[in-house]
Order: sequence, then structure tokens, then C-alpha cells
Amino acid sequence: MSETMQSAEPRVGVYVCHCGINIAAKVDIAAVVEFAKTLPYVIVVRDYKFMCSDPGQELLQQDIKELGLNRIVVASCSPLMHEATFRHATEAAGLNQFYFQMANIREHVSWVTADKALATRKSQALVSAAVRRVVLNEPLEHQKVPVKPNVLVVGGGIAGIHAALTLANAGKQVTLVEREPTIGGHMAKFDKTFPTLDCAACILTPKMSMVRSHPNITMLTYAEVVGVEGYVGNFTVKVKKKARYVHEELCVGCNECVEACVYKEGRFTDTFNEGLSKRKPVYMPFPQATPSVVLIDPESCIELKTGKCKKQCATACTRNAIDFTMTDEIVALEVGAIIIATGFQTFDATRIPQYGYGKFPNVYTSLEVERLVNASGPTGGEVQLRDGSTPKRVGIIHCVGSRDEKTNRHCSRVCCMYSLKLAHLIHERTDAEVYNLYIDMRTPGKGYEEFYDKLLKEGVNFIRGRAAEVTDWTVTPEEEGKLVIRAEDTLIGVVRRIPVDMVVLSVGLEAHADADEVRRLFNISCSKEGWFLERHPKLAPVSTFTDGIFIAGACQGPKDIPDTVAQAGAAVAEALALVDRGFVELEPNTAFITKELCSGCHTCIAMCPFSAIRYNKEAGVAEINPALCKGCGTCVAACPSGAAQQHLFTDEQIFQEIEGVLNYV
Amino acid sequence: MNHLYYPGCSLKSTGRAYEESLLAVCATLGVGLTELQDWNCCGATSYMAIDEVKAFALAARNLALAEEQGKVGPGTPTVDLVAPCAACYLVLAKAQHCLEENKEVGGKITAALAAAQLQYTGRVVMRHPLDLFTNALGLDAIKAQVTKPLTGLKVACYYGCQIVRPYATFDDQYHPMTMDHLVTALGGTPVDWPLKTRCCGGSLTGTVQEVGLRMSYHLLKEARKRGADVLLTACPLCQFNLECYQDPMKALFPDHEPLPVLYFTQLMGLALGLERARLGLQRLFVPFRQPVGV
Repeated sequence: MSETMQSAEPRVGVYVCHCGINIAAKVDIAAVVEFAKTLPYVIVVRDYKFMCSDPGQELLQQDIKELGLNRIVVASCSPLMHEATFRHATEAAGLNQFYFQMANIREHVSWVTADKALATRKSQALVSAAVRRVVLNEPLEHQKVPVKPNVLVVGGGIAGIHAALTLANAGKQVTLVEREPTIGGHMAKFDKTFPTLDCAACILTPKMSMVRSHPNITMLTYAEVVGVEGYVGNFTVKVKKKARYVHEELCVGCNECVEACVYKEGRFTDTFNEGLSKRKPVYMPFPQATPSVVLIDPESCIELKTGKCKKQCATACTRNAIDFTMTDEIVALEVGAIIIATGFQTFDATRIPQYGYGKFPNVYTSLEVERLVNASGPTGGEVQLRDGSTPKRVGIIHCVGSRDEKTNRHCSRVCCMYSLKLAHLIHERTDAEVYNLYIDMRTPGKGYEEFYDKLLKEGVNFIRGRAAEVTDWTVTPEEEGKLVIRAEDTLIGVVRRIPVDMVVLSVGLEAHADADEVRRLFNISCSKEGWFLERHPKLAPVSTFTDGIFIAGACQGPKDIPDTVAQAGAAVAEALALVDRGFVELEPNTAFITKELCSGCHTCIAMCPFSAIRYNKEAGVAEINPALCKGCGTCVAACPSGAAQQHLFTDEQIFQEIEGVLNYV
Repeated sequence: MNHLYYPGCSLKSTGRAYEESLLAVCATLGVGLTELQDWNCCGATSYMAIDEVKAFALAARNLALAEEQGKVGPGTPTVDLVAPCAACYLVLAKAQHCLEENKEVGGKITAALAAAQLQYTGRVVMRHPLDLFTNALGLDAIKAQVTKPLTGLKVACYYGCQIVRPYATFDDQYHPMTMDHLVTALGGTPVDWPLKTRCCGGSLTGTVQEVGLRMSYHLLKEARKRGADVLLTACPLCQFNLECYQDPMKALFPDHEPLPVLYFTQLMGLALGLERARLGLQRLFVPFRQPVGV
């Protein structure tokens, strides 16, 4: 039935939406309706309060059936919002869904136009364009492509760990790629977690161990994704495994080699301990590292630098795991979906020189203090100053590199709570007088405000005001030999000088310095600060603008552990929804080449940002792979002979659309 | 190198030594300074607090004169206007920002200029001598002309509040270093001291003297504590507060010990081998006797 209907003369129905008062308050709906009635091929024009509602959709479905409409125009919101809704409604009434055309009179008109008369005229022009265009629309079908069942998770912090385990428990084969030699991320460095003060290691290390032993998870540590090709459901990913100089499958983590190293003492910065201790060239990142495998740092190993070492480590290894000839290795993966959970970096405190980090030895970053209070940290959990003594007075400065126009404008969300936690731990372990200097206390979260309340009662001091500086300029005898924090106490309206032995800078969370490279690699977007961009901040928080690639955790924006884990779960649900469906429908608005017109000049091939065009040598023409084509139209515009055209965006359709606007204006 | 030079009132009165040493140093280094003709008050002092528009209009007149005498206008390169006094430097820069950003006040200023057959088109670049020496001339060029290096001399470099705030055009707002680098180039040793940009007391020394004196006292005390032989300033009011009030300071704070306070251009002159009298050193209340270049 639809065959005959669609080949017949166009019969257009136009539906103008009020969107409550979103459109109706700025656009004279009746005038748009009357105008639409005068347009060619228009059989019926109706308006309705909410076209997207069930009764709204029924209006056009009924007209298709009863009036024999074969083209539908809805003048309402952005296609991003409801194009899919109306396409489905059209299809459900027996018409090919591509006989539907949307005119955006909300985002493009009522929300951005001040003058009612002008808004009405612009709406009429857009309706005119849509009607002229829809007449030329052709029936199209979605292309179905199978989805590969495996999933890649990038980043082995708590977000990546949770995502990998949940996917693996659902029976999916998961590859977890981590840049560092061990999984665990920032959370592995913490001693306690707020607000419950449960031991971070007790809740994290069992999960790390499960990742290692899970039959469905392949863990690639000390590895980075270096290439991503393909499209939703069908990605080919290249991962570079950096040379460890230790065979992972042979090493049992006995540390005999570390003992045997020609360096008797650690000499090199231990990054896991935030530089508070030294390690040897051969080392285990930390006792609970997963995998429990040592590695050799080529920058500091004598053998790797000069080839002139006694190689006592290799001799000590009874399993012959050490291999100085190892090189980087590329692993190729085929996956259907990718979850990116690459986390964050902390703010570099030297960027605010007035806080004296790097100048005064007893100014610490919060992450350093996390290591100090950690039972497996460099001091065994003792809060000590650089000279080994115990601080009697400690100042914690909030918002270092957060809420600051000069560095980062955003609130890092976790610092108030972790500062409270550190204040509690320091107070508990040293009995020191602790001062928190804050701008605002931000403790929204389950049990968070209660934790703040508990700290107030514990006798920790709170001073409302951003610290101006940390100085060794002392004025009174009791300040002598101490660091002085200067700050305006805005609650009592005086400038205070607080002498302390230790300063803790609560550094904010930032996107990784190489976020832009990672973004390019995966073809996703990021904000100008470098946070990966979700498809919609409310309704698609873990999806990206690239189908099949999802984001979770702090790479999307600062968040604490509970939110990170929740988001990782959400990303898993989205990935499963894609993978378990088994196929994806690709938009048919792809480009195609008319062979007869193609001269084989290669122009389009070089232009295509998605590498979707290849040259067919035998036929001497370009060919477009519709599965790779994103319908951007670059090749169509570039083709000198008009051989490249695009479904739903043919030259004639676009010209008619322009004509529709211009004729009216 | 030729620049227009805006002295302001201080350099013709209490800050004479600043002008004398600046001009002597510039002559030696081959930096040409041409005094702006018919200049008027920059608009600093109480004008700014009482009537902002008048203050800016005063400043803008100087900017307009600089364009006229520098023969610049729309479409031409810019002209440098050197203002050694920190207050002049700041007010003139502030007026530029106001003309650029504040249409309402900017419009009033433009109208006021027009009434005097003047106009300002934004072609003046404000420069403090520290900026001029370190960035336009370059420390290497200065170093090459040092004949009496400040070997062993420990110097506290004091920038004061105005030349890097709120606009930090040529140095860091919190930890300015241009003067420190200059002292190093002259062979001296800048001491590490934390009060580089802390207020000297400003006009409080004249109004609520006890408060002003306390602020100056702390600066001098800390400079001494850090081992400084001399404190350098880049502002006539700072120099005045810190140097001329050391007697009343001593009366209020008995532990005060005298410390010479020089304009940085005076010490530059000594390192370049100029006579003390050309640098206005005879005008000091706290004499600077330490020999240099030995």
C-alpha cells in the first residue's frame, strides 16, 4: 500500500507545535498555520500544544491514514531533541520515516528572537523551506551492522576497575588498558576514604585482585592506546605495551631482584609515594601492585643506559624473568564498545608561588599527605615533617587551583571532603592543632555534612577566607621558625596570621595534560579545560558524540569515588545495551559516488576525516564505505564533478530549502 | 632608542634623585628620553578617590599629548611613554583600560579631551623603567656596560604595590623578579625576602602616622634580617616613606636600625661607574656609604 502512496503526487501535512509557551509566547502560531496552508502540496495544517506527546503524534498518524498524506513536516524544536520521535511516529503510520522533515522554530527562533513579528516571519520562512525540501525526500533504509561483543576499558583507576569487573561478570570479554605499571589509580594511594573512613586498600585491593584473576579480563598495564580505527560496534584498537624488561608471566613479585640491585639504596623519585621516598631502577610500584610484577626504569638503570652493569638483578632472579632485550610491543584488539576512564591529574601547586610549594620544605600537597598518613606509605602512617619531627600546628588551605580565575575556575568537588578527612587523620595521629582555611564548605553528599559536623566537634579550626600567602616572614616570637599563613578571616573581618609547622595545599583536580591528544585518538570532544564531553549533560551523561565510546569517572569532570563508581556502572549499562543488541543501525544520510561522473581525481579521499573513501583501481573511481561515512558532506562539497552526493542532502534538496527561505524573505 | 618621558610631580620634587639618576643612567646606556611637553598631574593622589572622571581625564590628557608629540595615531605604530613613578604608571595605565573597557566613563573622558581639541586613539604603550631596562634594552646590554660590579652587595628588591597590580604587564604579580635580575646583572646579590610587594604605608604615613610607620618599619626590619645592605625601590612614595621617616620610626620602634633606601636607578648608576653627585646620592637622609666596584 505504501508503495503506491509514496510514488504518488506529494501530499504534505504540516504540524506546528506550541511547546507549551516555549514557542507560542514568541511566535504567532495561527499566522504560521495560515501561511503554511498556502504552500504547494500542503493538504492539511494543524497546531498542537505538545506535538511530541502521544496525542500530538497521533494527530499526524491519523492524517497519514485518513488523508493519505505522504510527506510530514513538524515545526517544533531541534532535530537533536525530537527528530527520532517523529520519524518513529511517521514510520509507525506506514510511511518511510525519511518522508519526515523538521523545522526548528524553538532553538532557532523563539528562544533566540526578541521581536514577536520577526519570530513569526522567521518561523514561516523555515516552514516554507521544510515543505519545499520534504517534497524531494526519498525513502531510505537504515543499514544494519553487527557489533563485536568485546569491550575495551581505558584506564585502571576505580572507574575502569569497576567497569571492567561489571562487564566481565556479565560475560563479556574485557581488555583493561592502564598507562601505569599497576592498576589502582589515585585511590590506591589513599589511606582512608571519606566520609565513612573505611580503609581504601581494604575496599580496593580485593577488586584489583579480582581484575587480575577474572577469566574474562585481559589486563594490559604499562600500556597505552596508540590507535583507534573503525566505528560503533567495530573498533580496531592498537595498544602499545611498553617494555618492562621483566617478563610478566615469569615474575612472581618476590622482589629478590630489587634486593640484589647494585644500588644499595633507592636513588630515584618514587612517583607512587609522590616523591616522598626513593626507589631503585628495578622496583615494585607498591606492595599491593597489580599485577604483582616488578619493572625496570630505562631512565635510571645502568645496564639499559650504558650496558655496563653487573646485572645482579638478573642473576638473583631464579625464574629468569629479567630480559634487557625486551622492546615495546603493539597489541591489536577488536572491540564493539570502548569505555574511557582515564581519570585526572592534580593541580601543580608551584603555579601559585605565594603558597611556597617547592620553596618551603614543609608545604605539602594533599596527595603527599595522603601518602604520609598511609600505613604502607614512606613513614608507615606517621605524620612527620621533612626533618622527622611531628607537627604541632597544621594549616590546610582549600581551593588551591580551584575556584580561581587565574588557574581553574571550576570547583573540584572533592577537596572540602578530603581536607576534612586529612584534618581528622592528622588531628587523630598527632594531636596537632589543625586549621582549615576555606572559601565555602561544600559538603553535599550522603553523610558528608554529618562528617563536617563531626570535625567541628572534634575541635578542628575553620577559618573562612582564601589564604593570601604562606610566608616565612615572622613578626612575633611565637612565629619564629614557623611558616605563617596569612588570610582574611571573613567571618570576623580581620586579617589573621596563623603560624604553623606544616601547610597542606588541597590541590584541585584537572584534566590530564594530554587530554587533547587522547580526545583526538578516540575522536571525542572535550571542554576547553580538557574534561571529556558527554553527549548531553543530563540525559546522556556517559555517552560521547562518537557512538560506541563512553566515558566514566573524573575524566568527564571532577568527582568523588561514589559518583565515579556510579558513573562507571552507567557506562557499562550503555555499553551492554549496545553490545547485547548485536547490531547497530547506521544513519542512511551517507554520501555516495555516481560512478559515471567520477573521474578518479582522489580529491574526496584526501578530504574525508573518517577515512571512509577508498580508490577502486580496477574501476578507476572512488568508493565510499557507508559504514564508515558519518555524513559530514565534505566530499560532496569538494567533488569537482558532482559525482559525490549525499542521501537526504542532495543538491536539489538543499537548493529547494534555500529557495524556500529566500522566496519567502 | 627614543622614548617619551613623563616625570610626574614627584620626580621634580621629593623624588629628584630618581629623575637625576634615571636620566644619567639612560644617557650612559644610550636610551633617549624626551620629556613630554606641557604635561600635567597624572590624576593620582586624592583625585582618584573623589572624582574618578576628573582623575582619568587628567591622565588621558597626558596620553593625548603623548600621541600628538610622538606623532602617532590610528594605523601607525605605537609610542612608548616612560613613567618612573609607580603611581603615575598605574593611573595612566588605568585610564587606558578605562577608555578601552568602560564606554560610559570613557565617553565622558573623550568628550573632555575634545573640548580641549585633543583626542586619544590608544596608540600609547605605558612603560616603567624596569620594563624598559629588562625587556626593551635587555640585561646583556646593561651587563656589558658595568664597570663597577656590585660584588658582595646584598640587596632587598622592593617593588611596592602599584607596578605589578592590578596589571601585571611585565612581571609576576606575586613574585616580581625584574629588579632582582637587574641587580644580578649588575653583579650584586638579591636577598630572598618575602615582602617585595607588601604596602609601604602609602599616604597613611602622612595621615595616620603610627600605622604608616609600622608598615614601613616591618619592611626595613625584614630586609635587615635577610642580610640586606640596601633596599631598592621603584617608586618615589615608597622611597620617601621608607627613608625619610627612619627617625620617627626609631622613636616608635627602638629596635629599628637604619638601612639605606635607594632608587634602583641610583645603584645602576654606581655600577655603571657614574659620579655619586650625578645620581643624587648626596640627597639621601640615610647615607649609602658602602663602596661598590672594589
